[in-house]
Amino acid sequence: MSIAVSVESVSKAYRLGSIGSATLQEDLARVWARVTRQPDPHAKIGEEDRSRLRGQTFWALDDVSFDVREGEALGIVGRNGAGKSTMLKVLSQVTAPTKGQIRVRGRIASLLEVGTGFHPDLTGRENIFLNGAILGMTKAEIRRKLDEIIAFSGVEQFVDTPVKRYSSGMYVRLAFAVAAHLEPEILVIDEVLAVGDAEFQAKCLGKMGEVTRGGRTVLFVSHNMEAVATLTQRAVLLVDGRVAKAGPSQEVISAYLGHGAATNLEYTGSVAPDRNGVSRLRLHTSSPHNVQQHGAPMTLEADLTVHRPLDSARFEVTACDADNRRIMHLWLYDSDDTPLCRTPGVHTLRCEIPRLHLYAGRYTLSIVLVGGIGSTPSWSEDGLCPFEVLMDRTREGGWDRGEATYLEDAHWAVAAPVAD
Amino acid sequence: MTPADHDAHAAPWTTVITPSRGWLDWRLRELWRYRDLVALFVWRDFTSVYKQTILGPLWHVIQPLLATLTFMGFGSVTGLSTDGTPKFLFYLSGTVLWTYFAATLTQTSYALVVNANLLGKVYFHRLVIPVSIALSNMITFGIQFAIFLIALGYYRLSGADVHFTTWAFVTPLCLLILAGYGLGCGIIVAAMTTRYRDLGRLVTFGVQLFMFVTPVIYPLSTVPAALQPIARLNPLVPIIEGCRKGFLGAGTVTPQDLTASAGVMLVILVIGVMLFTHIERTFADTV
Repeated sequence: MSIAVSVESVSKAYRLGSIGSATLQEDLARVWARVTRQPDPHAKIGEEDRSRLRGQTFWALDDVSFDVREGEALGIVGRNGAGKSTMLKVLSQVTAPTKGQIRVRGRIASLLEVGTGFHPDLTGRENIFLNGAILGMTKAEIRRKLDEIIAFSGVEQFVDTPVKRYSSGMYVRLAFAVAAHLEPEILVIDEVLAVGDAEFQAKCLGKMGEVTRGGRTVLFVSHNMEAVATLTQRAVLLVDGRVAKAGPSQEVISAYLGHGAATNLEYTGSVAPDRNGVSRLRLHTSSPHNVQQHGAPMTLEADLTVHRPLDSARFEVTACDADNRRIMHLWLYDSDDTPLCRTPGVHTLRCEIPRLHLYAGRYTLSIVLVGGIGSTPSWSEDGLCPFEVLMDRTREGGWDRGEATYLEDAHWAVAAPVAD
Repeated sequence: MTPADHDAHAAPWTTVITPSRGWLDWRLRELWRYRDLVALFVWRDFTSVYKQTILGPLWHVIQPLLATLTFMGFGSVTGLSTDGTPKFLFYLSGTVLWTYFAATLTQTSYALVVNANLLGKVYFHRLVIPVSIALSNMITFGIQFAIFLIALGYYRLSGADVHFTTWAFVTPLCLLILAGYGLGCGIIVAAMTTRYRDLGRLVTFGVQLFMFVTPVIYPLSTVPAALQPIARLNPLVPIIEGCRKGFLGAGTVTPQDLTASAGVMLVILVIGVMLFTHIERTFADTV
């Protein structure tokens, strides 16, 4: 089978201190500092990890190579800041690589964020044409698929209303509908499944499956390991801008989940100045060494760093088992009793589970911070705070691994036998 | 040897993404493939601006008329000559031409920054945006030019001293050269505004000032003889004078002037596209 995309030793460097827009005055000050051998007054303080810093250069991608075969769905996984988004930007030609090259057979279209290029004053129908053309469709193609797109989006009645009157859910549905009907040879998809209600997400997953089975070459980047597992055959794991593992999706996913601070109950990370996110996470297990006794209390603490206040924020915690099945779900909605991310600053949350009912096994936490229904997560991360649940040997014969996913408290009563 | 080299029998690569691209690798064929997008952008710019306004597209007409009336008032106070042509027609022709140039230039110079969000996410040929700006302004120009023609007809019927000359046939060429200037200067500024935002402000201001050294609200013939050679260095002069000579019968212009103007325009346009091609590759990193 021939190769559709060949990524060859691609590196992407960002010069620290020269990222972002500048004024001529700043540039002159910088030149002057260089002349007088003083430190650059406008250099950004490197908040990224130091391993990828060489001098004033930050390597977002470092000698990345992989191939995508024609008709294959390849997943790209990695933690926040591992270089996934940069890889996609380079692949979709939004920005040029610093070194290396990518060779492509066929037309690439990317679905980096749904709704890109929507104009609020134009109607739904008008935006379908505009958005479709931005994503690379011709007018004739869009006209051919118009009915299908409108039907898929489920906003038939409002298709002639300006999209600024849409609810965020409708907006996202329409945007995804356009994107889902693209017909390029190669489709690059980033995190689109994290939007909309559950029903629409299921519909999107279905459509993605249809696309991948239809012989299209797909590059799929997601935090949703379940989606990566079901939609892709092979995957590439990026760690600190390098390919840490490539191979069958299942293997790469377990490497990803097992990778990086895998023994650490505390997570710390930096939150970019224009974003919101979790800057610290700490899980307190009932016993040391990541061991949690079944039925004992467990506590999670999180520091949320907020730079852009959110209205109706939501904080979600999911415990996933070793097969990455989602077993337990906890969440907190913004309310007047529990105001969440309404003001800038660091907000500390504390979640106490009085008695943990999870069955014996290894678990990790997936954390999501979302601002408002239907919006893309402000922050999300999988494979955090791994812990192992142990159960005491009170039951005769012990416990078999995988026998259940949780144990429920119950009161039993045995009635006295009635003589027959 | 990478695995990709093994399948030599497969179809050839359609796209090769490399760190740098030649200064002259403009990919015009690809730009042509995006013609539908150009059309949609033109249509979007044209329709979305006037949604939720009372007068809608009428603004295309009101704007030059108001400017013309202002200049007429200004002209009668200062007693500036209009080469013997009716004041209204003189100022209207100047305004319409200048508006086309100024609007194309300023809008193009802001284009990359305004669309930064879009450009940071999706790839399409980056020249689509400047080209669509030049075209949507061309439509505006068409409407305003029609108003001018209607006014011209009225003045001719009422016996004013205006007459066509062969220069009228050169008008499309003049407009093309003017478009080239708006586009060329605009993309040079656009390429630099991605880094220096304040340049944008300078341009708006600079264009306003430049109008006064261009014979928009006065004819070239009123410029003192000593200053004439300097005034004629301005490559926009033959375009405006040429158009006026064509439709109003009065203007100071020679074919050589216009040819030189076209030459300068081509140089600026080529430099602009080269700069733009160079900068657009890492544009998403700097904005």
